[in-house]
Amino acid sequence: MSDASSATARTIAQAPPSPLKDFWNAFSENRGATAGLVVFMLFLLVAIFAPLISPYAPDTQFRDALLQPPVWTDGGTWQFPLGTDPLGRDMLSRLIHGARFSFFIGIVVVTVATFFGVVIGVIAGFAPTWADTLIMRVMDIVLSFPSLLLALVLVAILGPSLLNAMVAIAIVLQPHFVRLTRAAVLSERTRDYVTAARVAGAGKMRIMFRTVLPNCLAPIIVQAALSFSTAILDAAALGFLGMGAQPPTPEWGTMLAEAREFILRAWWVVTFPGLCILVTVLAINLMGDGLRDALDPKLKRS
Amino acid sequence: MPLLEIRNLTVEFSTTSGAFRAVDGVDITVEPGDLMAIVGESGSGKSVSMLAVMGLLPWTATITADLMAFNGHDLRGMTAKQRRRIIGRDMSMIFQEPMSSLNPCFTVGFQIRESLKKHTDLDRKGRQERAVELMKLVGIPAPEKRLGAFPHQLSGGMSQRAMIAMALACEPKLLIADEPTTALDVTIQAQILELLTGLQERTGMALILITHDMGVVAETVKRVQVQYAGQKVEEQEVGALFDDPHHPYTAALLAALPERATERRLPTIPGVVPGQFDRPTGCLFSPRCRFADAHCKAVEPVQASPEMGLALCHYPLSHGEPTKKEQAS
Amino acid sequence: MLRFVLSRLVTFIPTFFGVTLVSFAFIRLLPGDPIQLLAGERSVSPERYAELEAQLGFDQPLWQQYFDYLFGIFQGDLGTSFVTRRPVLDEFMALFPATLELSICAIVLAVLLGIPAGVIAAVNRGKFFDQALMTTALVGYSMPIFWWALLLIIVFSSGLGWTPVSGRISLMYFFDTPTGFMLIDSAMSGEPGAFRSAVSHLILPTIVLATIPLAIIARQTRSAMLEVLGEDYVRTARAKGLAPLRVNGLHALRNAMIPVITVIGLSVGTLLAGAILTETIFSWPGIGKWMVDSIFRRDYQAVQGGLLIIAVIVMLVNLTVDILYGAINPKIRKR
Repeated sequence: MSDASSATARTIAQAPPSPLKDFWNAFSENRGATAGLVVFMLFLLVAIFAPLISPYAPDTQFRDALLQPPVWTDGGTWQFPLGTDPLGRDMLSRLIHGARFSFFIGIVVVTVATFFGVVIGVIAGFAPTWADTLIMRVMDIVLSFPSLLLALVLVAILGPSLLNAMVAIAIVLQPHFVRLTRAAVLSERTRDYVTAARVAGAGKMRIMFRTVLPNCLAPIIVQAALSFSTAILDAAALGFLGMGAQPPTPEWGTMLAEAREFILRAWWVVTFPGLCILVTVLAINLMGDGLRDALDPKLKRS
Repeated sequence: MPLLEIRNLTVEFSTTSGAFRAVDGVDITVEPGDLMAIVGESGSGKSVSMLAVMGLLPWTATITADLMAFNGHDLRGMTAKQRRRIIGRDMSMIFQEPMSSLNPCFTVGFQIRESLKKHTDLDRKGRQERAVELMKLVGIPAPEKRLGAFPHQLSGGMSQRAMIAMALACEPKLLIADEPTTALDVTIQAQILELLTGLQERTGMALILITHDMGVVAETVKRVQVQYAGQKVEEQEVGALFDDPHHPYTAALLAALPERATERRLPTIPGVVPGQFDRPTGCLFSPRCRFADAHCKAVEPVQASPEMGLALCHYPLSHGEPTKKEQAS
Repeated sequence: MLRFVLSRLVTFIPTFFGVTLVSFAFIRLLPGDPIQLLAGERSVSPERYAELEAQLGFDQPLWQQYFDYLFGIFQGDLGTSFVTRRPVLDEFMALFPATLELSICAIVLAVLLGIPAGVIAAVNRGKFFDQALMTTALVGYSMPIFWWALLLIIVFSSGLGWTPVSGRISLMYFFDTPTGFMLIDSAMSGEPGAFRSAVSHLILPTIVLATIPLAIIARQTRSAMLEVLGEDYVRTARAKGLAPLRVNGLHALRNAMIPVITVIGLSVGTLLAGAILTETIFSWPGIGKWMVDSIFRRDYQAVQGGLLIIAVIVMLVNLTVDILYGAINPKIRKR
């Protein structure tokens, strides 16, 4: 009497994958996240090697080639593959250099906002109730202002420049990190391993930053990735409003602001900088989503 | 004709790290008015096989079977729409966690009347009357008032009674109770089991009780099917099973019952049910079996004769001693 | 329920005072002499300086200034614009309907498209529809809306000539605007074609402003639905043999709406931030454009007042959402 099931193939014992490998499996299975990572890496390389790749310096003006269209349209030449702007500067070179600014903004803003946000968040999570309440009320106050408006006003106070725009955006983004970190800390600090560490005689600082914090990192990493794109978008928006990087800086948002009056005559000066912002931000968001899905076991496929 | 007949049911889940077989070639036969239990530890695939019958598994599950028939209908070739006409009416199910199985946003009454609206021709007034009748049937006091209550206002036992009322709304031919008492207090557990068997007797429906508790089985059902790691390892009448278990796993489960303990210390089964990554070769129970030898660890066993409880074992037990060991070696 | 509302109010009040403190500090944090800044004149005579100082209360101690400021707020006095010489509150109220009209249209569009999109994506998880919808949503979420606006203008206004480039209504119409809502006023004016003109002016700004909230709502609806679809009660609903539309659209969505409502409420802040860009690009005479213009005109009294009102609006909306959240969540409601 043969059981049909005995004839079917059976999964043979295999070692469970390591957490890192499991994370990579989940991340790389997500096609969007992989695509995002590839595009992000490409932009990063362009940003690093901008002076080597770009045909011209970003501020070189070609007086006899003002508003020349891209190469595939009538009147375009290979000399300026993506055309020139109203001052006769090569679009391609400016866009390549613009990548540097966007990544610089993203890295600085995210580092600053994450650092302060996480430290304040951990402190709030461990602080006595009154201090915790005070910190969270202050964060509530910051969050009561629409982020772009607050950044705009802060820049108005500090004076329009790229650096001040970055400071303003970091201030606006930082409460999100505080809230997230505090919530994670509060749910972790009552766990048994924390009690164990305390019983073992670990100091307050050690428990806060060595015992608890590493277990709260997953949501913070995801938030950092998503903030990277917010920082780029907000900096571009400030640049567009004339409150961020100032001309002739080849920052993408600033380039858009300069090109605004030419939208009806020269579509390429408007289209390409925005496309660069969109593609970069999209790539980072795709990665952020992939990170979240891979790090959040709740949303994992069972 | 059996009410529910399943042959060689297999359920696989696709996961990020490969396919996982939760149910592996299981057979189940339920006659009308039958009262049976499916027993096994967590992870033995008992719930999954019943969810497969109900068509409630997520899309990541692949279900195959040689035969899967309910009340003369082949469930395999059925469209989702045809199946929805059967489940909730002729075949219904209650679950392990009564508190989370009721929708927190709707009143109990709404959720009971909803079943009636879907499957019967009763008008609004008729549905309300039937709902009150059902609440009385499952022993909920002040039914009119409780129908207007939200689930979080009920205790666990009350919630499970409400779930049972909902499942019985259309007088099903088969009720599947998936660990209906696990999440409840011990005192409530007995009440719910009594209620279920009483209702089974009164209505003549068939009842499948899924449980991991052999103690529950002894007092409640007529026939027992034991599952381990997705496979059916034994099937017997309840009396015979308790007298003479044929599969070492069944024997070990019974030995772990406090009321049957002979020694001072309660015997346990070492280890856990194999998961996706530690599936052994040969007999799946061999790593935890005290009778296993090299043959067991290398070769997959086949089903024994019906006299030996269809035990999936190379050396089925007879009165506690392995048989056929001599022939095999 | 009453206790719940009260507990929300308790957190609202200190935040409100914090916000007044921020807007109070704004002018005093600006680099340079505040009176010089507010006056905006090249050289202020000493008499004029003293007059202004007394008028604005800058000669008082700081705490006195703050209390006067608070006192003013509760009397509806947010200062006077130095550029237009009109009370800031009046200016704000005159422009607010334009922003409100645009924001309402945008949020309605975002909700009407976003929730069904999220539900459809969640139900078809991992399949083509899900991927297509969620890719679109992510593109929307990543969109620099100031560029998106310019693109739409290039295509629909200058390319196809379907929609006007800026403003709320064509210049050829002139009528009273008693409500401030151009759609209502134009319909009531009886002028032929006025309503049509108002609608056509509204289309592109609405799309632009709705883009990011739409993407956020769609994504949030999907993830809330996915979470809820794994719940036991959804399985119960399916075990009753209910049709997918009822299981997903009633049993699951009703529970999934709880976090989605929160997100819709929170997107009011996003909406007002978006209004800054949208109104600037489309020359929409609302408070977003007014704030940007005021910053550039150095009309700091207006900026200070606007900052406060906008923050209070955001806070009030969040408070309402919190209370609404309690109202649709029976676990809180019955407590």
